[in-house]
Amino acid sequence: MSARVEEKHRAPIRWMHWINFPLLAMMVWSGLLIYWANPVYSLRLFGREIFYFFPQGFYSFLGIPYRLAEGMQLHFFFMWLFGLNGMAYVAYLAISGEYRSLLPTFGSFKRAFRVALYELHISKQKPPQGKYNDAQRIVYTLVILMGAGSIVTGIAIYKPLQASLFTSLLGGYEWARWGHFWLMILFAAFFVVHVVQVVLAGWRNFQSMITGVEIIKSEGSGE
Amino acid sequence: MTVEHDQDTKWPGGHENSANVLNERRSLSDEMSDTEARKVLFARSRRGFLLGGVTALAGILGWRWMPDETKVGFLQKVFRFNEKVTSAFYRPAHLAPEFPAEKITRPARVNGMLGIENEVDLASWRLNVGGIPQRTGDLVLTMDDIRRLPRSECITEFKCIEGWSTIVQWTGPKFSDFVAAFTPWRSPEEMPPYVSLATPDGGYFVGWDTASIMHPQTLLVYEMNGEVLTSKHGAPLRLASPTKYGIKQLKRIGRIDFTNERPQDYWANEGYDWYSGL
Repeated sequence: MSARVEEKHRAPIRWMHWINFPLLAMMVWSGLLIYWANPVYSLRLFGREIFYFFPQGFYSFLGIPYRLAEGMQLHFFFMWLFGLNGMAYVAYLAISGEYRSLLPTFGSFKRAFRVALYELHISKQKPPQGKYNDAQRIVYTLVILMGAGSIVTGIAIYKPLQASLFTSLLGGYEWARWGHFWLMILFAAFFVVHVVQVVLAGWRNFQSMITGVEIIKSEGSGE
Repeated sequence: MTVEHDQDTKWPGGHENSANVLNERRSLSDEMSDTEARKVLFARSRRGFLLGGVTALAGILGWRWMPDETKVGFLQKVFRFNEKVTSAFYRPAHLAPEFPAEKITRPARVNGMLGIENEVDLASWRLNVGGIPQRTGDLVLTMDDIRRLPRSECITEFKCIEGWSTIVQWTGPKFSDFVAAFTPWRSPEEMPPYVSLATPDGGYFVGWDTASIMHPQTLLVYEMNGEVLTSKHGAPLRLASPTKYGIKQLKRIGRIDFTNERPQDYWANEGYDWYSGL
């Protein structure tokens, strides 16, 4: 039996990925400290309230109440690191050519459907898998766009007078805040799905995000 | 150990592997034995997990061990940094959007009674103005003095630092018209860099940068939504401006001081951003 060592995730990708984790966590946490002061959003379907963000128990359990000032202090510091890390990541993707493994291609949307069928155990036919499969390409690209969206909506509510162009393009201050909130919910949802998928994909895949490498057996099933 | 392979490198999975179809920049080592491969992985694992673990631990412990005062002191410095960065983009000519009268939020939301808990005695109310050059003592003004100033009006979005906003019609002289009428200064550049405002009882006080308070939409307000200002909204005279959060838009102004020193600010003392500029 012989094997090959695949250089899967290059060091800058790994560093920026892991640095982003605590930064995003900090942005969400401090964002919650701020949101508590005016908690007005809920999930509605056909005019009915399905879930109110957030029940009182959620705040008291996490010790969120009356920490608006602290939330703003943290949010307006970590925003710089979160923004810079995100921009560095995008710049690196562009310069290194890594975007080729990440951006969806013309066939991606069709093939992502196959990924979904396969993962839901409806189809047994394995979808094409490169560094990422097509569903991953779409979702990971969307997450980057969500980051950009958080920055833009964030600027629109942080400086609604100075950046009034952003604010009005987003439909005004209230809509910008609404968008900023729902992007956070989407990040949280992505995080949950991402962790579940990583667990399901197994150790070999997980460790490659830390070591950068994955062993590919030449005989047998391969990837 | 690893070599960059040519375009024709065959990745496992044939055409099903997008690395074979697209120009993915991945590299694959030459064939090696299982044991060798495991050795490579072990070395990389040790390095990766150690480095990652130590970095994560250093971050967590550093954050936990840092005393709260150090943290808050640092974050306050970040507020000042953000103030420098964002105030560099401040343009006095850049106006906040105005709204049509039917968009006015009714009834107007009342929030915060600091410094105005007692009923105001309108007959004895005076505006004391300090810090005007070539003057000994305060300039003392009545509401009639204020009403004689040019009357301005704007319907703008009022934003609370808590996150809510309402649309309000404000009426009264521009702060800049007040400065033009009662002080020798002819431009914000000639003025001291700060303005301090306080309620008559001194229970609530705010600090402003001169650039923001001289913004053309910063008004000394005596009418709100077309009616005389009520006590809860800061009668007889309050400040209103789309350049700052509501915490800065002091109700029932008793004192105005022009000053070279950054004034005390009620909510800044509680950990909020002194600048609080929008």
